[in-house]
Amino acid sequence: MRRLVPLTGIAAFVAVWHVVVALSPGTLVPAPVEAGRALVELAEKGLLVRYVVASLFRVTWGYLAALFVAIPLGVLLGLWRRGERAFNPILQLLRPISPLAWIPMAILWFGVGDLSAMFLIFLASLLPLVTSTIHAVHGIEAQHLAAGRNFGLTHEELVRSVVLPAILPQLIVGMRLTLGIAWLVVVAAEMIAVNSGLGFLIVDARNAGNRYDLVVAGMILIGVIGVGLDLLMRQLERLPSLRWGYATG
Amino acid sequence: MKVEFRNISMTYGTNLVLDDISLSVAEGEFVCLLGPSGCGKSTLLNIAGGFVKPERGEVRIGDEPVTGPDPRRIFVFQERGVFPWLTVEQNIAFGLFRQTEAERRSRVAHYVSLVGLRGFEKAYPRELSGGMKQRLEVARALAVDPDVLYLDEPFGALDSITRLQMRRELLRIWQAEKKTILFVTHDIDESVQLADRVVVLSARPGRLRRIVDIDVPHPRDFSDPRYIALRDEIFCEIGLAHQV
Amino acid sequence: MRRELLERIALPLGVTVALIAAWHLAVAVSGTSIFPAPADVVRGLGEQPRLGGYIRDSLFRVASGYLVAVVLGIPIGLALGWWSGLARAANPLIQMLRPISPLAWMPLAVIWFGVSNLAPIFLIFLASFFPVVVATMNGVRNIPPMYVQAGRNFGLSTAALLRRVVLPAILPRVAVGLRISFGIAWLVLVAAEMIAVDSGLGYLIIDARNAGQRYDLVVGGMLLIGIIGLALDGLLRMVERRVTW
Repeated sequence: MRRLVPLTGIAAFVAVWHVVVALSPGTLVPAPVEAGRALVELAEKGLLVRYVVASLFRVTWGYLAALFVAIPLGVLLGLWRRGERAFNPILQLLRPISPLAWIPMAILWFGVGDLSAMFLIFLASLLPLVTSTIHAVHGIEAQHLAAGRNFGLTHEELVRSVVLPAILPQLIVGMRLTLGIAWLVVVAAEMIAVNSGLGFLIVDARNAGNRYDLVVAGMILIGVIGVGLDLLMRQLERLPSLRWGYATG
Repeated sequence: MKVEFRNISMTYGTNLVLDDISLSVAEGEFVCLLGPSGCGKSTLLNIAGGFVKPERGEVRIGDEPVTGPDPRRIFVFQERGVFPWLTVEQNIAFGLFRQTEAERRSRVAHYVSLVGLRGFEKAYPRELSGGMKQRLEVARALAVDPDVLYLDEPFGALDSITRLQMRRELLRIWQAEKKTILFVTHDIDESVQLADRVVVLSARPGRLRRIVDIDVPHPRDFSDPRYIALRDEIFCEIGLAHQV
Repeated sequence: MRRELLERIALPLGVTVALIAAWHLAVAVSGTSIFPAPADVVRGLGEQPRLGGYIRDSLFRVASGYLVAVVLGIPIGLALGWWSGLARAANPLIQMLRPISPLAWMPLAVIWFGVSNLAPIFLIFLASFFPVVVATMNGVRNIPPMYVQAGRNFGLSTAALLRRVVLPAILPRVAVGLRISFGIAWLVLVAAEMIAVDSGLGYLIIDARNAGQRYDLVVGGMLLIGIIGLALDGLLRMVERRVTW
């Protein structure tokens, strides 16, 4: 019985949704059933898989590129206080600038298409990842670093044997949260700069014929995949080799 | 107010934590519940405070059964129990919401000086030492004039020198206010220094092993032969080696 | 001590100036006609007649959406944190709605609010609402049980308990949550303004490009967004510091 409680929230939401639509005749907002039917329609036309894959493709590459740059940069700035202090104002200034504000720049440098979208994902993921890496490095127990130096490790060895393992649990949390951000941004980016994917689906469905059932179907897909990605990342946190980093407080 | 434990039994899951504990505490008495970790002494205190319902048995205070938390019996935790967002004064006045402004002020003043925190009325807990925070918590508890005070290892987070000072403070306050006190500890010396009677509990399941009468008058001298004898008795009762 | 202070100011300042200089040089050397130099940006912004109005509109939108989110979100977060049954029912719903970019709600927003200020305000509300609820909920869940126990011990009613113990106890954590959700609101603002309105900093950026490749205004807009966002964040940090006990 306890297991069913989580479903009551969603069930209540769907019920209220249905009632509200039924009570507002002539509204463009689709009923739950219509959205469900639209999902099936997408699946039948083969668009479901195609759009989902397109969105996931862009997220994956943009995100991985950001990971590749952010982690070394974050470790460097985390360990090198002076460097962090020097570059802090730039980082702070860039932080409040929405990735979408970079769209004109992206189009200027990469034209309209996949590359632009991936660049936006890269940008959106870069700063949060750098910030959480720096934070994780700052959070390393001073005794661990001291022990590493005590045993005569070089800088490179210190990073490899102490810093990286030590920051891994917190880093993965940061990676999970940033993946969520990347997923948000890919949808927004696709609404503006490309012509495939879930974000595009939403914009196109509305523009090409007020197909609001497809719009809502797209939103549902986005939500479900977003949750799925988050759950996947949470599985990483369960690995026994990482559990030490998640002491429950 | 006298406190009576009648056949208290408690299980957590499949573990029997407390096994048929019966105990009578007289009014104004200072009783220590002593035992190793896991003997259920904190659980027993929580039951007496009304925060936990026993599986079997009941606790009576005065002649009323305990059914829930009540300001007539105040719990004192380790120093983290004071509210960090309130000053010393505000903490002490916390339970006094039914009184007039004037009454509140006079009570707060009385207890601030009783526990020795005069001059710190407007300070926040983060500005106080561990011992001072503990004294603040006792003052907050006393301000509502409870019938019984429950203290759950209140000095556990303090260093040993402060602990000795705090014990003396507590006894002084107890003699001034004459409250019934139930004090949980795992420190044998502490129990012998403070209590009128020491209730020794065994672990897993928690059972009443023995009650030792500490018939040494205050102030108790650590070198007093009767003190040492009683202490040794308890050491043996618990089964601890006498040497390190 | 003086050396430390010097380093803290001179170093970042020096690096920033160096970067601006490098930017200027890069533009000059590459001979590009589209990408602006630092001086172009400043000039472009200065010549923009409606800049003040745009800034005002953006601030108004973000403030409205954010405040509604806070006023609704904190009580709801409190309720969810206090009554765990409620939280268990609501949580999957929150988890499902959270990954949906506020922008994806835009078509629905337009249906409900038309093409007006209300649509972006609604989006900003959506974007800030979830973080505020979650931060408040977690704040309540993480209160040391000792505080609640002490409150009950002194005979507080549930209402008094919430008012005198729970609210003060969660204040620092909620303050951080509020600052972070404002940051999110600020990000979404720009996105929202790129679609359905005709004023504001987000609009400035998109329009500057579409209406004439005015990249000096694009970069200028971005910098303004960064600076104003940073300033507001700094303000919220000050509030947060005062509230942390």
